[in-house]
Amino acid sequence: MNSIDLSTTIGSLKLKNPVLLASGTVGYGNEIAQLTDISKLGGIVTKSLSLKPRNGNPPQRIVETPSGMLNAIGLANVGVEEFVKEKIPFLKELDTAIICNIAASSIEEYVECVKILTCIETINAFEINVSCPNVKEGGLIFGNDLSSVARITEQVRAVTNKPIIIKLSPNVPNISEFASVVKNEGGDAVSAINTLVGSSFDIYTRKPKIKNITGGLSGPAIKPIAIAKVLEIKRNVDIPIIGIGGIMNWKDAAEFMIVGASAVQVGTANFINPNTGNEIVDGLIEFCDRQRIQKLTELIGSYKI
Amino acid sequence: MLIEKSVLESKRQIGEKIFQIKLRSPKIATVAKPGQFCNIKVSESDFPLLRRPFSISNVDGDSIFFVFDIHGEGTEILSQKEKGNVLDILGPLGNGFDISGDFTTAIFAAGGLGSAPFPFLAKVLGNKEIISFVGARNSSLVLQDDIPNPQIATDDGTLGYKGNVVELLSNYIVKHNLKEFRIFSCGPNPMLKALQKYSIENNFDCQISVECAMACGFGICQGCPIEASNGDGYRLVCKDGPVFNAKDVKL
Repeated sequence: MNSIDLSTTIGSLKLKNPVLLASGTVGYGNEIAQLTDISKLGGIVTKSLSLKPRNGNPPQRIVETPSGMLNAIGLANVGVEEFVKEKIPFLKELDTAIICNIAASSIEEYVECVKILTCIETINAFEINVSCPNVKEGGLIFGNDLSSVARITEQVRAVTNKPIIIKLSPNVPNISEFASVVKNEGGDAVSAINTLVGSSFDIYTRKPKIKNITGGLSGPAIKPIAIAKVLEIKRNVDIPIIGIGGIMNWKDAAEFMIVGASAVQVGTANFINPNTGNEIVDGLIEFCDRQRIQKLTELIGSYKI
Repeated sequence: MLIEKSVLESKRQIGEKIFQIKLRSPKIATVAKPGQFCNIKVSESDFPLLRRPFSISNVDGDSIFFVFDIHGEGTEILSQKEKGNVLDILGPLGNGFDISGDFTTAIFAAGGLGSAPFPFLAKVLGNKEIISFVGARNSSLVLQDDIPNPQIATDDGTLGYKGNVVELLSNYIVKHNLKEFRIFSCGPNPMLKALQKYSIENNFDCQISVECAMACGFGICQGCPIEASNGDGYRLVCKDGPVFNAKDVKL
């Protein structure tokens, strides 16, 4: 079984396997490391960073929904300076790829963050979050606008040689046009999808169940949408895709790869079973073994339509 | 913090829609502290998706006890579990009550299901003097098993003092001129808020165990914020709490 090659690449980023843990579901690695073996994963994507620390939204921030959850955390994070000082030393010791997710309220802020962080050796790639639905400034204002995504990609590209992954919003009718813009402006890959805008109300109080009124829907509920979005990109744009959306087990991961994902990110599942990523790696190995697949990358885009 | 598949050893109905379950969980039982909680997966499917947090009510050898009421879909499913069923438990989580330092008397203030963590705390405090105040809406909701020296308050007066548990507690402290005590409390937010106000005004040492909906239970989802009193943003109920000094957070 050891002869199976699980490695995959995202542009110039080499991963030992395609299983990544998604931003916002793994913190900065330290808590989840107590519950799972991070070194067995392809990589982790750290919690969205902004230039300055952000407190995040007031409670209630989350609510469970059928086969999913809504969150409006509001990009609570420690900021670039503390990240470098307090979080990098731990991340440095991990034998896995570290992808640093950046969220910002202006194009200048994205550029500034990447400029500061690009010299940190521990960071293997940047994932640019242009699609957070839960903050007033930035977030979806960028993610739903083609020219903003183009300018962010272009300007971030100008300040780093590290791989740039743009995390796309599913709250658009034409996600492949966004992927195309990323490719044209020098981005290395896209992550698809971020959460979908959703809401939930209490029928007795008639109030929204989360303070922000709307939040980002994640979990198994969104998987069919994510599969359709990844497929749309794959069929229209030649760019590596990291598939995200409701992945709970190895079968979900394999499905994303078949429709075109070069790697996948596990998100909400980490909240329930922090060992999901490791279990997916094991499951994929067994799957390849049973299917006589030598290289896992054979799965990528192998759909039959 | 670990994940343990735990066999349900017994289930007991102890009040109106209230249950106590005993689970064999040797690893968690060994390291658990009073005031900590576990995040329990009540089904093997994606429904309900998230775990449910429950305070550790007691520990006996290799077994841990939880007390819960049927509140929604998750607790409904949990209440239907039978002896021999296996539950996936993540814990122990959170900080637990701080029992270090000098205090002669421990005062327990529990409201409704907030009684849950006190049997374990009483056990760990051992020979220390404990006075307990247990409140509930009515007599069928009073949870006083394994709580030492309980004085009862009910909103409707069907058992004990008619009124709330904070009034009962403050009357007692004045009457007995208590000194060198520490208050440990757990209960619904309005009760904790009243107790917080009372203890801050009187400069009493008071710890409050708060409740919040959460997803992960160990600090990564950032879903359970509580505002810090000092204006420095939020703390997380799951990781920085669930027990806080009454002075440190805004309820």
